[in-house]
Amino acid sequence: MKKILSGNEAIARGAYEAGVAFASAYPGTPSTEVLEDIAAEYPGIHAEWTPNEKVALEVAAGASYAGARAMAVMKHVGVNVAADPLMTLPYTLIRGGLVLVSADDPELFSSQNEQDNRHYARFAKIPMLEPTTSQEAKDFMIEAISISEKFGTPVMLRTTTRISHSMGIVEMGEVKEPPRPSVERHPAEWVMLPANARVRHPVIERRMVELKEYSNTSPLNVIETGDRKLGIVSSGVAYQYAKEAFPGASFLKLGMPYPMPDRLIREFAGQVDELWVVEELDPFMEDQIKALGIDCHGKDRLPLCGELNPDIIKSTISGVAPAPFVKPPLPGRPPSMCPGCPHRSLLWALRRNKAFIAGDIGCYTLGFLPPLDAIDTCLCMGAGINHAHGMATVFGAGKEKIAAVIGDSTFYHSGITGLTNLAYNKGAALVVILDNSTTAMTGSQNHPGTGITIRGEATISLDLEKLVKALGIEWVKTVDPYDVKKTRKTIKEALAFEGPSVIISKAPCVLLKSRKVTGKPLHVDPEKCNGCKVCIGLGCPAIEFRDEKSFINSSCAGCGVCEELCARDAIGGGK
Amino acid sequence: MNVLMTGVGGQGIILASDMLADVMMRAGFDVKKSEIHGMAQRGGSVMSHVRYAKHVASPLIPLGECDILLSFEELEAARYVQYLKKDAVVIINRYRLSPPSVISGKEPYPDVLPILREKTDRIVIVDGSRIADEMGNPKGVNIILLGKLSTYLEADEALWTLTMNDMLKEKIRAANIEGFKRGRQA
Repeated sequence: MKKILSGNEAIARGAYEAGVAFASAYPGTPSTEVLEDIAAEYPGIHAEWTPNEKVALEVAAGASYAGARAMAVMKHVGVNVAADPLMTLPYTLIRGGLVLVSADDPELFSSQNEQDNRHYARFAKIPMLEPTTSQEAKDFMIEAISISEKFGTPVMLRTTTRISHSMGIVEMGEVKEPPRPSVERHPAEWVMLPANARVRHPVIERRMVELKEYSNTSPLNVIETGDRKLGIVSSGVAYQYAKEAFPGASFLKLGMPYPMPDRLIREFAGQVDELWVVEELDPFMEDQIKALGIDCHGKDRLPLCGELNPDIIKSTISGVAPAPFVKPPLPGRPPSMCPGCPHRSLLWALRRNKAFIAGDIGCYTLGFLPPLDAIDTCLCMGAGINHAHGMATVFGAGKEKIAAVIGDSTFYHSGITGLTNLAYNKGAALVVILDNSTTAMTGSQNHPGTGITIRGEATISLDLEKLVKALGIEWVKTVDPYDVKKTRKTIKEALAFEGPSVIISKAPCVLLKSRKVTGKPLHVDPEKCNGCKVCIGLGCPAIEFRDEKSFINSSCAGCGVCEELCARDAIGGGK
Repeated sequence: MNVLMTGVGGQGIILASDMLADVMMRAGFDVKKSEIHGMAQRGGSVMSHVRYAKHVASPLIPLGECDILLSFEELEAARYVQYLKKDAVVIINRYRLSPPSVISGKEPYPDVLPILREKTDRIVIVDGSRIADEMGNPKGVNIILLGKLSTYLEADEALWTLTMNDMLKEKIRAANIEGFKRGRQA
């Protein structure tokens, strides 16, 4: 049977066919749908959202130690969080197949950087597979489990946004019988004390030699002989772009780009007149090919930044510049916080109180856009609290108004340690936890504060206020962000307080059924509106400025924030 | 065949392009499709590439290779004009959603037709949003536009019905099949 699947759905299907029993992830674009699809389609696989990627990899490793096949899924920057276990895992004995799915984001469609995670495979000394289609995403997931068990190593399955989120036709396959878990003890291979780890390191080095041999002979890496004038080494979606641009050329397609197949590369290089390495982001393959003493083109001509496409590859290799094109001067349409979003009024109030606002990763980062201009930093998950603490400490308590904002899911991911530090080291910053009861940016995933698992079962729900107090913060208040006056007053009090303070801004995401807005659009009385633009300052997509007056369009969610701010009482209705 | 769908996050473009891809798989083609999820959906500009042929390599349409552009919003029809083939068919939903700079009164909503006419005169404007409103189902605009698009494509109407039966929940199926038919006549 054939189906059209995205790369992420195909990986989920591959996990099912490979007999994976345990799958864990923290949501992150473009990786999120892998675990969502497993939870929705394959009830036989245990699926869990973990608070962060380090936990995801460690629980999957535990399942593997028990003899079950397991996978952990994350976006590229998530692997940074999981890097600690990743670096030592290959030293340990892998029983059930263990796959790390890393979804990279060239072009930064929804990320804070465009790091190339292929380096992690080399860094951690683990094999890496890279599919070029949805069909291969499924097949390579199965192959990754098989390589993991054959060589006793974690395997990285690396995708990019254009593999994870592109769709193609996939042929369904048979399901492999999974191994039965059992308790075994392997202290010499699992207790990574120096004495044991020292013995395990050479095991990795020998394994890498064997894997290189496998890479040289595996059908994952294949020479496609065409016109010998141009030879292209490529992998991932870049291979498909290059195929589109030069369908007649010779190709060395690397489904297993690490460890690289040295003999195969020499063989291919010897067959072609001009050798090009076509890869997105860093010269990962190119550097290794050059280290073999083989001359080739690659990043001397192709861009290091952003994603590739058939046009860039065609014009770069052929040397024929594309037809000049001037983009029409159209107004941009950046993403923005939704009408009725509870973050908007909170950020507006914080900015009005003239606080410096250290931000974090989530929808609220969009509050950086004008007219709100209400986010001053954004580095990585959990960094905002720490920025604020570092900054406030330099100035001294009460000298400057320094605040941090962080979402609930991000707080559970990596905000707890920062807040503990802030309390322990006698910090003075204000931390606002934007509790919208979901992981909104990635499409509403549950987390430890929502009381629901990935499969919709009831579970524990963390009490944020109690948790914050337990971390050592005494000044904690919960506000309803739609009550702007009270929110502003509470922010003022918190900023004036000389010790550490936390405000929990609690209102469900406007995309959730539990939302606290009416959903009925408000309207502006043009007789009363004097065009003062106070409501426009909220940056709400529902409020337009037409003919020197405000106008509320049909996307209004009826949150009432603009109504409360309007000094002329010109906004109403919607009840 | 290269079809580009453009519009604004939340307009149902991804489901529409999923359905087109499914229909063309049923019609016996190799199909690839690509778009961006995540941050781009928060009211941002959305573009979905759908390609079908005997064999498709790249999931992205090369510049100047788009045969049909279906835009769910007027301004978004012009944003990706560099993808259009000379004399490509452009189907535009008569619907304007002002971007932030227009909302705040900084610049006017642009006139997009002159930009498109530099590439093609085959521009069709469909009252998709009005029909959807008339049918009491504003969210059903994507199916109405798919109906219009289907009249330019090779696949049989019966394949579209199969796809709709398969991909749409029973509760909304009948209304959507009706919308599809209205779109074909629009």
